[in-house]
Amino acid sequence: MMMADEQAAVAQAAESVPAVSGPIFVEIFLLALLFATAISMIRMRQLFSVAMLSGIYSLLSAAFFVALDAVDVAFTEAAVGAGISTVLILTGVALTAKWEMPVDRERQILPLAIVIVTGGALFYATLDMPAFGEATAPANAYVGQAYIDQTPTDIDVPNIVTAVLASYRGFDTMGEVVVVFTAGLACLLLLGVGAIRGGGRNDDGEH
Amino acid sequence: MLEFILARYNYWIVICLMMTGLYIVFSRGNLVKTLVGLNLFQTSVFIFYITIGKVIGGTAPILIEDKSKKKDDHSGGHDAHSADHQSASEAPVGFFPEGQSASPDSSAMHDDAGAAEGYDAPVNQLTGVRDPGAAQGGEGSLHLQPEGAPANELLPNVLTDNPDHTADIAKAAGGATEILYSNPLPHVLILTAIVVGVATTAVGLSLAVRIREAYGTVEEDQLETLDNEAERREVARA
Amino acid sequence: MGHLILRVTIKLLFAPILLFALYVQFHGDYGPGGGFQAGVIFAAAFILHALGFGLGSCQRVIPPNWLPVGMALGVLIYMGCGFYTMFLGGNFLDYDVIQPDSTHHAGQHIGIVVVEIGVGLAVAATMLQIFYAFAGREPEPMDDAW
Repeated sequence: MMMADEQAAVAQAAESVPAVSGPIFVEIFLLALLFATAISMIRMRQLFSVAMLSGIYSLLSAAFFVALDAVDVAFTEAAVGAGISTVLILTGVALTAKWEMPVDRERQILPLAIVIVTGGALFYATLDMPAFGEATAPANAYVGQAYIDQTPTDIDVPNIVTAVLASYRGFDTMGEVVVVFTAGLACLLLLGVGAIRGGGRNDDGEH
Repeated sequence: MLEFILARYNYWIVICLMMTGLYIVFSRGNLVKTLVGLNLFQTSVFIFYITIGKVIGGTAPILIEDKSKKKDDHSGGHDAHSADHQSASEAPVGFFPEGQSASPDSSAMHDDAGAAEGYDAPVNQLTGVRDPGAAQGGEGSLHLQPEGAPANELLPNVLTDNPDHTADIAKAAGGATEILYSNPLPHVLILTAIVVGVATTAVGLSLAVRIREAYGTVEEDQLETLDNEAERREVARA
Repeated sequence: MGHLILRVTIKLLFAPILLFALYVQFHGDYGPGGGFQAGVIFAAAFILHALGFGLGSCQRVIPPNWLPVGMALGVLIYMGCGFYTMFLGGNFLDYDVIQPDSTHHAGQHIGIVVVEIGVGLAVAATMLQIFYAFAGREPEPMDDAW
């Protein structure tokens, strides 16, 4: 019983200590930039700018990943999101349309309502979530902790992410590689050398 | 109140980002813009995952080179190493001999103490408060207990077969008390998801390109009109 | 055909980017990196080259019909590693059986390196394939200008 009381007191003490530190301002700054980029992506109608903004968004989120200790993810996001993905969207824009048609104001009301309701529900859900960065949060306690503890004895590779990716969850990663492979094949089938140019234009487009 | 906000503002901003992406997907008719919105939504989900995996005071999950963590079971040198850890980390000292006495439960407890100590160390103000509860509280700490348990489940053979397994675990826990790592699991999931995400985005874009070549537009309204016209002509012809 | 500065920069960057990709590929055990990142960086080097010097000159270095082979080969290396461990009597992708006597988990190291090579090859080929597919299309005349 005394232990339980002690625990409660400890929890209370933990609640009352604000976790303000240096990185928090970096995080707020990056999140604010991310939000500003996202908002300007809504407003921008020139798709070239939208593609560039999405590259900026990826780069900012890569910086944010570094702030959250996810160096591998940041690396991938910087290479994929800011590099390949931007180039792909740009070529996609070059092959489709440069400008987006303006959308009527009344057609934007329903999406806005849906988004606000969804966001509100998610916001309500976060009230029950463990505090940011808590080491004892359920997400960090079980298998993640086990990977950190066991990697030196099981795999003996310094980078835990690589150990989990290629060894503990190798089968999972194999599935991901197959998905990437399949997506590449799909692109090849849709746009590749053998694909017929202009598809069904003669059937549907004449008028 | 301020602490509550500071502990959750990350989630809220990420939800705002997600909803921005979702709004672009719902409200815009241009297929390319919709795909960009989907990308935005996806990246925000990534950020959310990584946010969950962050541990305050932790570092990137790349093991920092540490001689005592190198696995050399038969060298007999690990006793000295664990003694090192004992002196290095204050909290588990009184607890350590129990861990040596070989029951899986006590080693799990030791693991808990190690993890809790590691958690406390960087958040300096918490250290003094949390330590006694974690180190002496043992069985009483409901929320700490599960931490050690799954680690043991993963390692049944080590626990039963290896006579000096407690020293091993003590070593692992000793490593954890020195350096706290963020959770590597979300990183792995998101790392692969990013690459898969760009591949699927490419498929979506190539579909948009084909639609543009077939219809001459990628605006949903115009596509619908063209489809309706084609259908009407079909009916008229019949 | 201006862009002299761009072209010189790309020429200077091309080789270091490839070298960096290889470093990321084989240093993935020790630092951030691995097959996924290396594959993407490798493809990015060629995409950069194609953006600066045209798709044709890039396709002379890596012909388009190699890429589906590379994609399939990457996946096959990965799966082959899994089946190899099965033939050695272990589970699928259980690398410990490759070097069962090793005290330093050499089997795990070998398995991880091989699997990462498969990932890198598959990802690099796929990304380049996707880029070729997009860039190989000539844009249709548009009604609206930039």
